[in-house]
Amino acid sequence: MTWPILSVVTFLPLVGALFIMLVRGDAPFARGTARWVALWTTLVTFAISLVLVARFDPASPEFQFVEKQSWLGIANYHMGVDGISLPFVILTTGLMPICILASWTAIQNRVKEYMIAFLVLETLMVGTFSALDLVLFYLFFEGGLIPMFLIIGVWGGPRRVYASFKFFLYTLLGSVLMLLAIMAMYWNAGTTDIPALLRHGFPLALQKWAWFAFLASFAVKLPMWPVHTWLPDAHVEAPTAGSVILAAILLKMGGYGFLRFSLPMFPVASHDFAPLIFTLSVVAIVYTSLVALMQEDMKKLIAYSSVAHMGFVTMGIFAATTQGVAGGIFQMISHGIVSAALFLCVGVVYDRMHTREIAFYGGLVNRMPLYAFVFMVFTLANVGLPGTSGFIGEFLSLIGTFRINIPVATLATLGVILSAAYALWLYRKIVFGVLKPTVAGIRDIGWREAVIFAPLVALTILIGVAPKPVLDMSAASVAQLLDSYGRAVKAAAAEESVRDLARIDQPVRPVR
Amino acid sequence: MTELVTPEIMQPLLPELVLALGALAMLMVGVAWRDRHDGLVNVLCALVLAAAAAAVLAIPPGRQALFGGSLVVDDYARFLKLLTLCGSFGALVISLDYLALARQQKFEYGALFLLSTLGMLLLISANDLVALYLGLELMSLSLYVVAAFERDNARSAEAGLKYFVLGALSSGMLLYGASLIYGFTGTVSFSRIAEATQTGAGIGLVFGLVFLFVGFCFKISAVPFHMWTPDVYEGAPTPVTAFFAAAPKVAAIAVFVRAAMAAFPGIGHEWQQIVVFVSIASMALGSFAAIGQRNIKRLMAYSSIGHMGYALVGLAAGTSEGVQGVLIYMAIYVAMTLGTFAVILSMRRDGQWIETISDLAGLSRTQPTMAFFLGVLLFSLAGIPPLAGFFAKFYVFLAAIKAGLYLLAVIGVLTSVIGAYYYLAIVKTMYFDEPAKRFEPMPGLLRIVLGVTGLVNILFFAYPAPLVTAATAAAKSLF
Repeated sequence: MTWPILSVVTFLPLVGALFIMLVRGDAPFARGTARWVALWTTLVTFAISLVLVARFDPASPEFQFVEKQSWLGIANYHMGVDGISLPFVILTTGLMPICILASWTAIQNRVKEYMIAFLVLETLMVGTFSALDLVLFYLFFEGGLIPMFLIIGVWGGPRRVYASFKFFLYTLLGSVLMLLAIMAMYWNAGTTDIPALLRHGFPLALQKWAWFAFLASFAVKLPMWPVHTWLPDAHVEAPTAGSVILAAILLKMGGYGFLRFSLPMFPVASHDFAPLIFTLSVVAIVYTSLVALMQEDMKKLIAYSSVAHMGFVTMGIFAATTQGVAGGIFQMISHGIVSAALFLCVGVVYDRMHTREIAFYGGLVNRMPLYAFVFMVFTLANVGLPGTSGFIGEFLSLIGTFRINIPVATLATLGVILSAAYALWLYRKIVFGVLKPTVAGIRDIGWREAVIFAPLVALTILIGVAPKPVLDMSAASVAQLLDSYGRAVKAAAAEESVRDLARIDQPVRPVR
Repeated sequence: MTELVTPEIMQPLLPELVLALGALAMLMVGVAWRDRHDGLVNVLCALVLAAAAAAVLAIPPGRQALFGGSLVVDDYARFLKLLTLCGSFGALVISLDYLALARQQKFEYGALFLLSTLGMLLLISANDLVALYLGLELMSLSLYVVAAFERDNARSAEAGLKYFVLGALSSGMLLYGASLIYGFTGTVSFSRIAEATQTGAGIGLVFGLVFLFVGFCFKISAVPFHMWTPDVYEGAPTPVTAFFAAAPKVAAIAVFVRAAMAAFPGIGHEWQQIVVFVSIASMALGSFAAIGQRNIKRLMAYSSIGHMGYALVGLAAGTSEGVQGVLIYMAIYVAMTLGTFAVILSMRRDGQWIETISDLAGLSRTQPTMAFFLGVLLFSLAGIPPLAGFFAKFYVFLAAIKAGLYLLAVIGVLTSVIGAYYYLAIVKTMYFDEPAKRFEPMPGLLRIVLGVTGLVNILFFAYPAPLVTAATAAAKSLF
């Protein structure tokens, strides 16, 4: 039996959102209904997305579960996933129920609208990862700005207006340039179909311009240094679940974009400009780690650490080696779980004390032993301790880069040490030390929070110890990507040398 | 000469006939009923507009030239006539409640709408300079009067006078340009002018072209001929502003495109520079000047200036794709504008209409449905996917990229980011700020208009085919 499983996963949350819209009033009953509908919708979506995993053939590098319908004339409704996009789809659907649960009591006003915004956002995020048409991709990619803008602006902290505007305009500015590049690609290739564009060789001049246009969009989204400044603001002001989605999934769209578009569609440009990416990545890793050391707000610290971790991702991807790209993907998945969990950890104490100031806390281990354990797991995963998921991603991307560029890899390793410094410092300040009287009455995590953290702890350790299933899922697609990348770069180099030879062949002008 | 008015020949002009006869009939009915049923006369006028739209749909396909080629009815004209009639109909429908509440029910209102729309339809079909001028004047004269419709209101009278003086100036310039063109080519027909300019044009003709284009730019309120727009938008009664924003701009841009494409294709590179400059200037001024506005009608004026700049991007491309882009842009623009004005007309508190943006504070709490739809329209105006406004911009920029106008496209998208700021600021007022006092409940007709236009903007992405294919066919008929 065939049914459009990918479209169901994509649009089921939207159906849930429509259902919540029909609920009238703002009575406690309506709020409860909205919460339960959102939870069940996301759980069912997650369950269906697991069918994708079960039926997915990891040996094939091709797009699977493909659906195609005529749509705009120039663009089609074309959906499908391969080994690179499927992990992100699962990450999205898996984290959504956790986000809903994390907002269960923290959000008390405008619950209906909140749940609708999250469900709409889920549709747009899944769509971004499974769109196989550039225009469709852009639609989902940009559409996500609207619900996220509202989530930060309506349910955010004191400086929410500033943060939401900065987030929206910054991201939009990067993306509109990508839109123009998409148009130029359409007129060159005659289609916006992604599988067809992956086979289409773009002329070098267009590759370079389009590569920069895509960089403008994805660098802001990821974010890369120096266009990362919107991220700490957005994270600090967003509600907990908003930060989780932002760190775990929205940032990954940038990395996914590099993998899906920049590397395979503009291979020569990617190769030529790799040193630029390496430089920016190393600066991101070292500089933002140092900045993280200086933070007084927990969320801000984790936000800067996100920028540093994304530096490993870009470095690994543009090293364009098997280990580098696999490490980049793994790092994104791992960071999706770990940073989400860290923001949830901050949310736990914030819900109780309503401050995120590091100096306010101390000695929590005395009152919250379970919390101390959970927080420790994720702190260590953030540091990249072997045995946690964080290690695999950083290690692979470092190995991959080492083969290409030793100085870059060496400098990046420095970032691992720095990340240990700020993460452990944060942990010591908050969890260890003398119990501060202000937090003496704090409760340990309850059953709802335990339900939230249990799968995240399990996953962090599980894929840290046995990363193979995750790596295997994308192995075939990565191999194919790098194969065509290598061929394109080699062909361009050969052409270049032929041109050089032709220049040498020309008769030397006689000196007068 | 008798063959000129046989029924078969007149059939393509059925919409114009419906409007002309309808307007005369409404005037007589209005006088006969004196002051008793003026509201009813305006409802009947709306029905006449609907009947004219039905008549457009009934015109057989294909290109028909009438009256020795002065008027032409083709797919392009049909598309734009339907759009103009939709805009006029929508504007008249959202006027009805306003007129009743403001005690301004006069039957002349509807009749002037009909006459003005008649002028627009003639303008869209115009295929020579004389027909063009006749259509333009019929449209404009009626507009001057409706702008000053609330004659006891100083702002409305000022708006009408301002519009009249500047409009007359622009008509004069246009006429001057037309006479120069006639003088240098010896003809008023677009197709003969095209023949005469096939191999280029002398300086005199280019002067004529520039004056002609200045006249068009006045009518569509493109920079640097936009000065009247904010004052007239702010001063005119709000439903009249909605009418100004929706219908005449469609007709004016229609004749602009047709004149450029049909009469001056040979000297495209001459006028392309003008259009590129006007387009960039409009987009930039539209987005920067709107930021500081407090009055929502003034803001919509600057917003419309910006939107005309985007629509002109398609004309600057000068290709069939470009014209298609203009048509899609205008269709979506009309939908966005009517919906937004339906909300502005509902901003009423203690029996008074209010116009400042801060009055919308916390609307999402007091009137969530209205806030939701206005939010959709604002994001659509900003061009954020997946709403319809994104596709409008998408098609014009697609054409610009194909034509190699990279600088224009880059400036265009950058100004759209700046423009997004002030639309977001309204969303912020509605969603992030603490609620102000409730508005009075929204009248039923306004609800319907807002709901329909909002849903069109949300759902366009799901089923874009009808508009896109119609626009493609319409654009092809010009080439």
